[in-house]
Amino acid sequence: MTKQTSLITGVIAAVAILTTAPGWADVPTTSFGKPSLEGQWDFKSATPLSRPERWKDKEFLTAEEAAEYEQGIVERRASGAESEGDVREGLDGQRDVDVGYNSGFLEIGTNIDGSLRTSLIVDPPDGRMPAMRSEARERNAPYVAMQGESPSGPEMRSLTDRCIIGFNNNPMRSGAYNNIMQIVQSESAVAIHVEMVNDHRVIPTNGGPGVASSTRFWKGYSVGEWDGDTFVVTSSNFKQNATPYGTGPNVKMTERFTRMDEATLQYEYTIDDPETYEAPFTARQQLRRTDDDVYEYACHEGNYSMPLVLRAARKMEDDGTANKDWMPSWHKR
Amino acid sequence: MKAKLLACTVASLLVALTGCGQGGQSSAPAVQPSTPAGPPDLNGVWQALGSAHWNLEGGHAIKGPATAVLGALGGIPAGHNYVEGGEIPYTDDAAGKRAEYRAEWNQWDPAVKCHIPGIPRQTYLPLPFHIVQGDNKVFIGYEWGSNSRIIHLDRPGTRAELPSWMGYSVGRWEGNTLVVEVTDQMPDTWLDATGTHHSEALKVTERYTPMGDNHIDYEATIEDPNVFTRPWTIKMPLYRRVEDNARVLEYKCVPFGEDAVYGHLRRGANRNEPTVKNLF
Repeated sequence: MTKQTSLITGVIAAVAILTTAPGWADVPTTSFGKPSLEGQWDFKSATPLSRPERWKDKEFLTAEEAAEYEQGIVERRASGAESEGDVREGLDGQRDVDVGYNSGFLEIGTNIDGSLRTSLIVDPPDGRMPAMRSEARERNAPYVAMQGESPSGPEMRSLTDRCIIGFNNNPMRSGAYNNIMQIVQSESAVAIHVEMVNDHRVIPTNGGPGVASSTRFWKGYSVGEWDGDTFVVTSSNFKQNATPYGTGPNVKMTERFTRMDEATLQYEYTIDDPETYEAPFTARQQLRRTDDDVYEYACHEGNYSMPLVLRAARKMEDDGTANKDWMPSWHKR
Repeated sequence: MKAKLLACTVASLLVALTGCGQGGQSSAPAVQPSTPAGPPDLNGVWQALGSAHWNLEGGHAIKGPATAVLGALGGIPAGHNYVEGGEIPYTDDAAGKRAEYRAEWNQWDPAVKCHIPGIPRQTYLPLPFHIVQGDNKVFIGYEWGSNSRIIHLDRPGTRAELPSWMGYSVGRWEGNTLVVEVTDQMPDTWLDATGTHHSEALKVTERYTPMGDNHIDYEATIEDPNVFTRPWTIKMPLYRRVEDNARVLEYKCVPFGEDAVYGHLRRGANRNEPTVKNLF
């Protein structure tokens, strides 16, 4: 083989490798040459965050197993149960009264993640969330206990009840509803608009200015930069009780956004807080492109619940019937 | 590059202003360098200065409700008149309504409750906002209230399926100017703190024209035949925040509006009604 032939062969091989790499040819790019992250993205999923015990030694499902699992979800939903083991006679009727959310309101995922993994957590390798340290549980206990008390004012309800933060948007993870976000992107910034509580972040792509550790934000302080074709966002400085997964004041969250193809955005986040969890953990999900719009979820503007909760608390105190059992059942789980 | 050349050709045919053939810099008037896609670059952190959010028609400084606890920090500053022609052209009925609102403005003003202020008021509330200019959408993230909106450049002639507090924004480029038509806003928002109200028929046409590297001429034309006798226009500059660490931070206002909205329901409250009106 001549030197020239060798070079040509090498180029052909390199092109072949590049063009056969998953999704390489299908990744849309922006006018400034970066992979496009833009669009509306659906992040609801039926894949559990932590690997269930029954899949303890199984990292991936087969396509057939995934289809069977999804069918089971659909059937359980139809019978009014949220998850396996939650099939109870008459629960659905009671749920309308007790919780107020029924199947007409909920928008829970019915599809296994495109990776066919048995958990969204990919690290630790067992797919399970590391244990929370006992001191972290003690730190979080007052906030949890407070929500079981008769609230003296709105501050005693959860941050989600107050429409300050959402339960599924930082990091973005599949929840009961509003599992959608939109990205608009320029060369200098990436905007992420999540439907839940109508929240957003504008993240500079140049690493951004720093901020004092004593300055705290409900949605944390995020800076970003490109790592090859992946946009990496690092967040810290969360306010108390607004941290992801019950972490503490020094948590660092790292999110990675990688466009896989026209229809898919891989979203990965790592939660690192040795004061709370015995090890960092990383979850990964394939978000699906959707033509659905992100609607304005004007949570505070329509928070009919809060005045009713407070009015009920005052009445029960006046009647001498205040107790710790008055909140909906899901608050006690 | 091919896309850029095509975009520049189209842009130059339309307006010959974006400076595509001049290394991204145009001749007079000075404007922002083009984005690679062609139109002027509005990306960055901007802010309106002045007192438009207090009173679009301007006036002298006055004592405000907050002076009771904040002293000199709680006064309402003097301001210029931002209304072309000087006066807002209310119908007789709407002028009466505005006078009622104005007499008790801090009980009625939706912004006191931390309700989304809508367009145009969100633009000139006294905190910065970040424009992220995508190819087909423009996102504006506002510090006040952590509110935001999407401007659709790719949906000409469309309307929203539902009304919303920030409304539905459809944009287009007219030369160097980003023109945004905002419809389908909730009727509950105000345009300032003097009771400048509107109905569900409100249409706002905004015009963002860059006038150099660091400021934008902002105009908003207000149309609402239920409230005003004719369209009217406000105008003010928007300034680029040029600090090295310029960044929209966070003013989630719910915790600051809760006393107004829920204070009467606190344990031990000595009143039965909220201090604000038009709740729910």
